[in-house]
Amino acid sequence: MTSNNTSKLAQLVAEQEGAIVREWMRSLQAAGALQSGRMKEAELQTQCRNFLDLLRTALAQAGAETQAAAYEPLRHMLGEIARSRAIQGFSPSETATFVFSLKQVLFGFLNAAPNVDAATLANLTWQITVLIDALGLHTVELFQKSREAIIIRQQREISELSTPVVKLWDGIIAVPLIGTLDSERTQVVMENLLQTIVDQTASFAIIDITGVPTVDTLTAQHLLKTVAAARLMGADCIISGIRPQIAQTMVHLGVELNVISKATLADAFALALKRLNLGVVKVRIQAVASDNRLLG
Amino acid sequence: MPASAEPAVELLELQSSDHVVQVRHRVRTRAVELGLSLVDQTKIVTAASELARNTIDYGGGGTLSIFLISDGTRRGIRLTFEDRGPGISDIDLALKDGYSTGGGLGLGLSGSKRLCNEFSIESRLGLGTRVTIARWK
Amino acid sequence: MDRIPILKLGNALLVTIQVDMHDRLATALEEDLTHKIVAHGSRGVLIDISSLEIVDSFIGRMLDNIAAVSRILDARTVVVGMRPAVAITLVELGLTLAGVQTALNVERGMALIHTDDSVAEIDDDDAGER
Repeated sequence: MTSNNTSKLAQLVAEQEGAIVREWMRSLQAAGALQSGRMKEAELQTQCRNFLDLLRTALAQAGAETQAAAYEPLRHMLGEIARSRAIQGFSPSETATFVFSLKQVLFGFLNAAPNVDAATLANLTWQITVLIDALGLHTVELFQKSREAIIIRQQREISELSTPVVKLWDGIIAVPLIGTLDSERTQVVMENLLQTIVDQTASFAIIDITGVPTVDTLTAQHLLKTVAAARLMGADCIISGIRPQIAQTMVHLGVELNVISKATLADAFALALKRLNLGVVKVRIQAVASDNRLLG
Repeated sequence: MPASAEPAVELLELQSSDHVVQVRHRVRTRAVELGLSLVDQTKIVTAASELARNTIDYGGGGTLSIFLISDGTRRGIRLTFEDRGPGISDIDLALKDGYSTGGGLGLGLSGSKRLCNEFSIESRLGLGTRVTIARWK
Repeated sequence: MDRIPILKLGNALLVTIQVDMHDRLATALEEDLTHKIVAHGSRGVLIDISSLEIVDSFIGRMLDNIAAVSRILDARTVVVGMRPAVAITLVELGLTLAGVQTALNVERGMALIHTDDSVAEIDDDDAGER
């Protein structure tokens, strides 16, 4: 991997850039890159041109060392492409093809170049392979990371939608939890609950876990942290709906639930009312003299 | 995971109580720039406040270096608190919850650890202490 | 040197913390409160922290100190207006503020201070009590 050779590569790219872009575009179109219509031809062409520009500069400065600082702009550009492709819904293959298809194109131009002996040809072919492979893998990896980030964000949004905090009465709010509680989700719930306590000036927050199938140590800890935070702010929590299995699990795990717990949400509500010196009374309904004129 | 760190974007002196206030403002500004959620902002600023106080109260004063970090997809912030103080003889003990009752050195360290994504501490008796924390977006 | 203003609110004292506290300010506040509790025979101290975006162990200690001194002087300390982000962080930090009562706002805080005057509840888990 002599610098002489990579500078030859840089030279090749510099001299033939226009033609390389055209050939690359042709190859991408043949592979169906523009088929889905998610991307316009002009946009793709710009990406190809930018890539080659940055590659040319990087080659001239750092040869085929893709980890070198000179490659940072190119790596960054690929990161942007990977991110936008992930958001737009392209597949990993489609995204990777963008980079990998350049290999064949470069081979073609290399073969057609004059004054290149067999040894140099073999050497350059190998360098192109290593170079494009590294860049392609980099792109795919960033694509994957972007996808993961999107999924996490969507999970958070689902969490927020599926755990509404409701007002039961003045000063009494409740959050009925449904489904499994993972770390991310519990955090969302916690923040929502505490903010609602402030907004509603709630004295009592009832956390109902009837709809939660299992509670492991981590989840229990999250719940306890929520309760502790609410207490620190000046509100009290009541946990309701603990199933027998969950109660057993918690005892076995050694989790101490340092909070009032009631069997059902109704019981918890009744307790909260009592604490606020409120009660529910039966009202006698007065018979109203019927007046047909008032009705439709 | 190797994180590419650019040179420190800020270097703050830690000598007096007023500097702790400054630390909170600067870290808050960086956290907001990074786009951290309100809770995450609060956590890193509180941790910074704790560690800055430790540096001043127990380390005889020192410095805080703020770094903006990235690992390819994520961006984050790293804070390094350094002093040339007496050092901590037993780090494990210092990291135990409730050590030094009254919320002294121990609470600051173990508590700060829980508030951050990354936490590391190096200390040598007679040479000084370095605490590094990081929060990723 | 700036000192934090202390207002008289009925038979209680109200302190609103709005600035970043440094050592001298905290010490001055503790001193001022001690004097005023005695001077006015106050039954309670309300510390409004609704403006505080950060509460660290230093502030925590200050609040604990104020509560301890007040208790000796037969006054109740109630910290009001803690923000959710602060509460979450304090729990993670391990700061329990065990010696301090809390309430959501000044009105609720005043009610806590006057609970002594009404019939006391005997249950362990009173709202806001620790």
